[in-house]
Amino acid sequence: MRHGKLSQASSPMALRRYGFILSFLAAPLVLYVVFVIAPYIQAFQIALTNWKGISPDFDYVGLENFGRMFDDDVFWQAVRHHGLLLLVMPLATIAIALFFSFLLNVGGGQANGRRTGVRGSAFYKIVFFFPQVLAVAIVGVLFQAILRPDKTGVINNALGAVGVDPVGWLINPDLALWTIMGVMVWQAVGFYVVLFSAGMSSIPSEVFEAAALDGAGRFTLFFKITLPLLWDTLQVGWVYLGIAAFDGFALVQVLSVDRGGPDNATTVLPLEIWRQAFTFSKYGYASAMGVALFFLTLTFAVLTLRVTRRERIEF
Amino acid sequence: MTRPPQRPGGRVGVFGTLSHLALVVWAILVIFPIIWTFLGSFKTNTEIFGEHPLGLPATFHWDAWGRAWAKAHIGQYLINTVIVVALSTFFTMLLSSMAAYVLARYRFPGSRLIYLLFVSGLSFPVFLALVPLFLTVKNLGLLGTHTGVVIVYVAYSLPFSVFFLTAFFKTLPTTVAEAAMMDGASHTRTFFQVMLPMAKPGLISITIFNILGQWNQYLLPIVLLPGNAQDKWLITQGIANISTNAGYEADWAGLFAALSMAIIPMLIVYIVFQRQIQSGLTAGALK
Repeated sequence: MRHGKLSQASSPMALRRYGFILSFLAAPLVLYVVFVIAPYIQAFQIALTNWKGISPDFDYVGLENFGRMFDDDVFWQAVRHHGLLLLVMPLATIAIALFFSFLLNVGGGQANGRRTGVRGSAFYKIVFFFPQVLAVAIVGVLFQAILRPDKTGVINNALGAVGVDPVGWLINPDLALWTIMGVMVWQAVGFYVVLFSAGMSSIPSEVFEAAALDGAGRFTLFFKITLPLLWDTLQVGWVYLGIAAFDGFALVQVLSVDRGGPDNATTVLPLEIWRQAFTFSKYGYASAMGVALFFLTLTFAVLTLRVTRRERIEF
Repeated sequence: MTRPPQRPGGRVGVFGTLSHLALVVWAILVIFPIIWTFLGSFKTNTEIFGEHPLGLPATFHWDAWGRAWAKAHIGQYLINTVIVVALSTFFTMLLSSMAAYVLARYRFPGSRLIYLLFVSGLSFPVFLALVPLFLTVKNLGLLGTHTGVVIVYVAYSLPFSVFFLTAFFKTLPTTVAEAAMMDGASHTRTFFQVMLPMAKPGLISITIFNILGQWNQYLLPIVLLPGNAQDKWLITQGIANISTNAGYEADWAGLFAALSMAIIPMLIVYIVFQRQIQSGLTAGALK
């Protein structure tokens, strides 16, 4: 027997439906609001206070924390480091990963009418990706031992064998940030090789065949065909790496001398936020830096979407 | 149709050799530090920092592994991490698939808003929330407990998992679920017995993503499990701590044994599941 349309809204069936929706959403939603959304909102509020952690008392001080932040040399050093990271790290990672993924998927010439990678492609894809499954903190400890400034470090030991003086990879303030970027690239390349490989394998092989028939060499294949057709994937990679350039916490905290040293030469905003909050208990100031980091990340995301928006190539 | 292998333009020579060389060099760059660490765990200090960093130890000393496991508590940290990650991944998957299913399949007032609320979590840096999150966990009396870490891991894994699984549930056909409902199955039963099995590929990808992400977390453990809760520590903070100590006690072999204990399980899991892991980690980027 069927109920009329009017009574259906409050029928047992509709009630059961709403009961089900509520029971499935309640737990995740409560957890998410209490531990994620509420802290994000509270951070903006705490940023306007002079809260010092130890006592529960605090006053609203308006934008004082931000004024102090703009006078803080360490803050600007950290911002400059993010700028450099954003400029160098994604470009280096994408360039190396693109080169390798091209070799591994297209660079091997043709076999049975299909373009293949160079010999051993499967092996390289497995090996290159491995650093990605290691924790950044563990990679940091690993490279601490490799990059030691005297002959006990592996790299300096090898350099010594060919007569080069030991290099202070992490203790030379002009070099330390570059060394850390090198380690970031070391860990990231494999992920982007796999990501770009997935993108390249979705390009129909007829496209390459037609180009090869027209006499296109490897360089033409790469710059005129692979690169434009891979644009969407590249954009995703750029956004991921850009976001990573605003982090760097674990690696700098573990790997650098004196956590961000020498002389703040490698410090980053997340590290300063953590230090202000949990070493100096300056909750207000730490949250103000958090707000600054949020707006920096947001600016990057908006700019990227604006600049890279482009006609999609259908194939 | 088969054609003999041919090279474009016949230019294999220099380019081919150089590019192969580049691949080999990068492979060595990746493998070398790991082998060096592993071998170092069996060596004496003079052997580790001697003339031949890749040389084999004169005799294999296993005692560093014992020191790392017991004295440096790496065994304890590994067990803690397994417990925390197992629980938090399980609850992440349960809660996110429940939320994603409802958001993907049921229209009700506010459903769009709730979806956007979850997805908005993807655009905030966790460092912004750090202080209030710490205070929330502390006020609930969960600071220095595994319960606190599990809850926070689950909460911060929800945005991406819900986002990914909502998209996935939308791609599944509706007919099977409708047939089950016609046969009298409840909404809950339809979800667990019909929809979840159908969503298996998506669930596997996102489970791998969450296991690796939570296993490798460093920031949240050092904030939520401070120094006075050292018996609760997780593997990443344990390793970072032992590296500070190895400098003073000059127990480098112990440090390398600890590192090997953290790296080798990941290496084995990766080699066994490498196809799923690669697609699981890159799935998010391609959605």
